[in-house]
Amino acid sequence: MGLLTPEPGLIFWMIIIFGVVFFLLAKYGFPVIIQMVDDRKAYIDNSLKAAREANEKLADIQAESERILAKAQEEQSRILSEAAASRDRIISEARERARAEGDRMMAEIKKQVETEKECAIRDIRRQVAVLSVSVAEKVMRAKLADDKAQTELIDRLLDEMIETSKKQ
Amino acid sequence: MKKLRYIVTMLALLITGAFPMQAQTADSTEVEKLDAVVAEESATDATEDVDVNALVFGHIGDAYEWHIATIGDTSVRIPLPVIVKSSTGWHCFSSSRLEEGETYEGLYIAEGGTYDGKIVERNAAGEEVRPLDISITKNVLGLFINSTVLVVILLSCARWYKKHPIEEGAPRGGVGMIESLVVMINKDVIKGCIGEDYKRYAPYLLTAFFFVLVNNLMGLIPIFPGGANVTGNIAVTLVLAMITFLFTNLFGTKAYWKDIFWPEVPTWLKVPIPMMPLIEFFGIFTKPFALMIRLFANIMAGHAAVLSLVAIIFITVKVGPVINGSMTVVAVAFGIFMDALELLVAFIQAYVFTMLSAVFIGLSRVKGHEAK
Repeated sequence: MGLLTPEPGLIFWMIIIFGVVFFLLAKYGFPVIIQMVDDRKAYIDNSLKAAREANEKLADIQAESERILAKAQEEQSRILSEAAASRDRIISEARERARAEGDRMMAEIKKQVETEKECAIRDIRRQVAVLSVSVAEKVMRAKLADDKAQTELIDRLLDEMIETSKKQ
Repeated sequence: MKKLRYIVTMLALLITGAFPMQAQTADSTEVEKLDAVVAEESATDATEDVDVNALVFGHIGDAYEWHIATIGDTSVRIPLPVIVKSSTGWHCFSSSRLEEGETYEGLYIAEGGTYDGKIVERNAAGEEVRPLDISITKNVLGLFINSTVLVVILLSCARWYKKHPIEEGAPRGGVGMIESLVVMINKDVIKGCIGEDYKRYAPYLLTAFFFVLVNNLMGLIPIFPGGANVTGNIAVTLVLAMITFLFTNLFGTKAYWKDIFWPEVPTWLKVPIPMMPLIEFFGIFTKPFALMIRLFANIMAGHAAVLSLVAIIFITVKVGPVINGSMTVVAVAFGIFMDALELLVAFIQAYVFTMLSAVFIGLSRVKGHEAK
């Protein structure tokens, strides 16, 4: 059968043509296509990895910012409470000091008043003494206008003095 | 829209090609009906009969010219160069000089005999002998055209990548289709069947796949640039199978050869009479032989089936317009079905050829059992 006997001429041409096609495609065709597909795969993989990393970084940043915010809030409340405490402390301290000062001043005034009072009392006493002496003088002058009374008084006084010395 | 226009042109071409023949035969039958009875018809009309055998085998076989259509009495054909080394040296001339059985420089196309349809010369004893014939025949031209198409398609794909950096993403349309085919064959078939060192064989197997696929598909186009029965020719499949054979056996591992000549079977199967080694040894040749026959037979049978269905239209012309009309409808319907089927077969055969080649190569790359 003619169909089953391979034609030598056709085999010859087939080898040449297939050889050329094989050379062209194996050198310029398939390697380029396969290389590009592999490259694209690598590129996509890298892109995905980069995206995942970026996402992770973003999440990190978010967590960080939240952390910072929380810290700031905490700080704020701490500062506020501290401020309140120091305010209270200052007020109480001031109050304390005012009281102490008041007390001190009160005491000083009291002392002054005491000394003044004593001074005044001394003064009064002196005055009273002076006055009583002068009153006594006046009385004496009036009473001792004659010699007899004077002698009588001297006598009485001498008696009195003797009596007191006797008693002693 | 593009598809529709394509189909319409195809139909128009088919009709213009087929109509004159039909008209001619119809005329003759009418004349015959006037002066002949049906019984005589078969005897007198022998020359007018459509010779289906010649039609089908004329297409399936090779030729020194590319016959496109016969319109009326003039046949549209492309004469092809004849390159022959006969006893008188090299001859190179157009095949149009050998039309109608003419002889040119002592060479002519044999009719009947061992070398039917081939260029022959007569030796001193008057016997027909074949000279060394490397003419550009229809199949050779078909190979040239199909290979050009293949190379242009794939190299333009490769050029697309040079123009578009990776960042632009994957290609669309035709380039994307070729790319997905290449990736599919490369990853699923070649890498899957051969294993780790598939890269050495990938260019050949990919080339074989696309070569067979493009030739199969071009063969389905009924008019000139396509239509040559290239992969349905045993010489073409022989070369392809031969290359697979070489790739399989030239790079075979030690374990592969050991499995052939000293397979792990009971000793009596290989010692006194080397039965298993003999069978295994024949296996080396039967595997590529099966590849060759499978591709050749599938494609040839497809062409023959489609042509036979078309021939039904012309055979039934004699029987009358009613049967002819109904048979035409049937034949066209079946023809469309067969063509669609052949599209599938074109892909499947290319795929199977590549896959089996990869499997055979993969078998030759086996590692020793001791390593396990």
